Amino acid sequence: MVTMTALEEELSRIAGAVPDPELPVLTLRELGVLRGVQVLGPGRVEVELTPTYTGCPAIEAMASDIERALHDHGVPEVSVVTVLAPAWSTDDISDEGRRKLAEYGIAPPRPQGPADGPIPLTLAIRCPHCGSTDTELLSRFSSTACKALRRCTTCREPFDHFKEL
Amino acid sequence: MTAQTTAIEAAALALGDDALVLSHRLGEWAGNAPVLEEDVALANIALDLLGQARVLLSLVGDEDELAYLREERAFRNTQLVEQPNGDFAHTIARQLYFSTYQKLLYGQLASGEGPFSGLAAKAVKEVAYHQDHAEHWTLRLGDGTPESHTRMQRACDALWRYTGEMFQPVDGLDVDLTAMENSWLASVTAVLEQATLTVPDGPRTGAWTAGAGRQGLHTEPFGRMLAEMQHLHRSHPGATW
Ligand SMILES: [Zn+2]
Repeated sequence: MVTMTALEEELSRIAGAVPDPELPVLTLRELGVLRGVQVLGPGRVEVELTPTYTGCPAIEAMASDIERALHDHGVPEVSVVTVLAPAWSTDDISDEGRRKLAEYGIAPPRPQGPADGPIPLTLAIRCPHCGSTDTELLSRFSSTACKALRRCTTCREPFDHFKEL
Repeated sequence: MTAQTTAIEAAALALGDDALVLSHRLGEWAGNAPVLEEDVALANIALDLLGQARVLLSLVGDEDELAYLREERAFRNTQLVEQPNGDFAHTIARQLYFSTYQKLLYGQLASGEGPFSGLAAKAVKEVAYHQDHAEHWTLRLGDGTPESHTRMQRACDALWRYTGEMFQPVDGLDVDLTAMENSWLASVTAVLEQATLTVPDGPRTGAWTAGAGRQGLHTEPFGRMLAEMQHLHRSHPGATW
């Protein structure tokens, strides 16, 4: 990783503070999708963004939100490029991001370590409403590809679980 | 296809067309799936595949032109993915066969250094969920009611002859196809047996099997699918939202 200049750090803070369009409680920095900010020349900035899922439709909204935030900060020329490697993982969501997800009613993804798929995880998924670990899977895919739908068998409330990826 | 089409582009086209065509087929379930959760699940799987297709087709040229303006004979997808949805069991059998293959394929590509390793490392994790979804439904239908068992068996049998094509060599695709095919057979056999289904005994390659999609020869339903997929773009060239 190249060392950032003070300006790049500042612009990176601004881009990173942009809320995720699908989960606005998280910033792009907390989601871990902001890969880098580079000043290419006077008034010209390139931002590297990685998608959560290859087909994530939110990536275009993220890119235009970043462009707008940096324009508002006085950068006339902003280009957002998408990078696939190294692949984003739910391990890239920050601790603060996990805390906010749970507060928002979404069970955060469990930590995984290196793997190439959904490894059998033994850690229980906790109900974000009552904290019970007695929960069951209702559907592997919920409102978006990154979430599964579960139900708490203690308080009977359904909830979304951010799937490990 | 021009003579300059490189081997890498040929491989990107084959894999990209598989993803694009299956994505479209799964999208046809929107609003029609047996339960709401399945509507959402199949749409999500379709979206993952569409994302893969966009990355792959962009390596070849303009993604929209490739998707909407090519003629049937220029598509390089396997005949398996173009097969109609049929009943839900047919869709699940197609998902089982294809996601098992795709997981193995991306797994191999991800561990290499080739042009597809970045996409593969990402997609392999998504496809693991597709495979998990297909395996659970195969178990549920196979080991379900007599009716669901019969239908699941019929679907597995009907699509069996299309499965050999996935392991035919593709220009520019540097993978160990023999190892992949052996793993595929072992994995599919284990799921079918656990689901109390019989592994189809028909041939998968040679006479009486299908599989010339990679050469641009497609089955009859594909033309109709393509007409529907391309109709809007061709009727309103250059239209934007
Ligand atoms: Zn609860």
